[in-house]
Amino acid sequence: MLKGIRRIGEYFILMKKIFNKPAKFSIFFKQLVLELTKIGLNSISIVIIVSIFIGAVVTIQQYLNIDDPLIPGYLIGFVTRDALILEFSPTLIGLILAGKVGSNIASELGTMRVTEQIDALEIMGINSASFLILPKIIAAMFFFPILIILSIYIGIIGGWIGGNSVGVLASDFIAGLQYEYSQYYMTYSIIKTAVFALIITSVSAFFGFTTKGGAINVGISSTKAVVYSSIIILIFNYILTDLLLT
Amino acid sequence: MIEVKNINKSFGNNYVLKNVSHKFLRGETNLIMGESGSGKTTLLKVMIGLYGLDSGRINYDNREFSNMNIREKRLVRQEIGMLFQGGALFDYMTVEENIMFPLNMFKQNSHEENLERVNFCLKRVNLENTNNLLPSELSGGMTKRVAIARAISMKPKYLFCDEPNSGLDPKTSIVIDNLIQEITQEYNITTIINTHDMNSVMEIGQNIAFIHNGVIWWHGNQEELTKTNNKELNEFVFASNLFKRIRHQ
Repeated sequence: MLKGIRRIGEYFILMKKIFNKPAKFSIFFKQLVLELTKIGLNSISIVIIVSIFIGAVVTIQQYLNIDDPLIPGYLIGFVTRDALILEFSPTLIGLILAGKVGSNIASELGTMRVTEQIDALEIMGINSASFLILPKIIAAMFFFPILIILSIYIGIIGGWIGGNSVGVLASDFIAGLQYEYSQYYMTYSIIKTAVFALIITSVSAFFGFTTKGGAINVGISSTKAVVYSSIIILIFNYILTDLLLT
Repeated sequence: MIEVKNINKSFGNNYVLKNVSHKFLRGETNLIMGESGSGKTTLLKVMIGLYGLDSGRINYDNREFSNMNIREKRLVRQEIGMLFQGGALFDYMTVEENIMFPLNMFKQNSHEENLERVNFCLKRVNLENTNNLLPSELSGGMTKRVAIARAISMKPKYLFCDEPNSGLDPKTSIVIDNLIQEITQEYNITTIINTHDMNSVMEIGQNIAFIHNGVIWWHGNQEELTKTNNKELNEFVFASNLFKRIRHQ
């Protein structure tokens, strides 16, 4: 218990170190572009693959569950759209990115720690936490919402394909997509994603940055980063939904 | 000159450094030697501020480092070059980028000026035309030499070396030792080398401190080292048959 409280304290001390003015903006922007590529662009393919199948499965399940002549056909498109915007895209993709990006950040920083590369930065007089972690956080908070918007669109295309395969009329599906659309749901989804991005990058960076020992400990840090990020995402998913939707 | 005064450092109940006081002289290769676990790496890390102190003082040319805040310490660290045991090169950067990194970070030079400095440093460590290699493409000796080049790129006043010969063959070790000694004298810097390699001690040791159980047990020069009657020091220095034979001669 005491150890847990101490780790939380260490996390916030690290956050204080991270959110500092960069020593040199030209180098910071170079790092930021590098992280945008690593964290953002390199995640596009996994987001597309996951989203297309989620969209298709959600549509087929809706079709099977509400197969009743009294229920209008457009409801399948409507439910698919809202399920993707409100929950499936931000949360599920968030959890997948916690695995992909989180483990990558923790293992990268963990390896840098055990091979003394972080110490080398400190000896040069550089705020290593800010130099290494701040670009990752900014890149994720900027790019993850873009990925989620992409995921929603791809999910809807997947839903249309899945619906087609089980006989959902395209006109019904499209009518459902347009039915009672609320712009606020997108805002909610983007806010949620930005918070998840902060959680994934900062928690994973914390575990990587504070790694002690050797290769085994890098692996342990990487696993912890994914597990804790995922748990915190689920907790914040509940808190944000309660705050923003009710 | 770097002076440490009455330094104490513990990790929990484990007292690693006990009242350590010593002067590390400018223009000389200052060696800290001792067995594994004797506290020499802790002393080095305390001196550069990677570990906090329990008590004591560290002075860099009469500037009290131990009392400085983190921003002031960062300014002093810009005057420090450090050669880590494994080199600690940034593995996503090429040799050129590694050496240029501190220059880009802290100097207002043009790219051409920085490149000129990089090439000068690479030439100094006999590694010309390796600019575009990645650390993963370097041998152990080359990695150490690139690390030295990076350490001297900012023209440091202080050079710290943590076991510079670990993992190297005897011939490459001598090359690295001589390079460190030449750089020390050439730039008149305060060099502190952490080692348990007796060949290094006999090759380049000028101001030698022997640390035993967290205490500076003995200090002196090479000549005094071979003639001392200090029991613990002799057990360490003359542990190998080769050195025992040398002593008897």
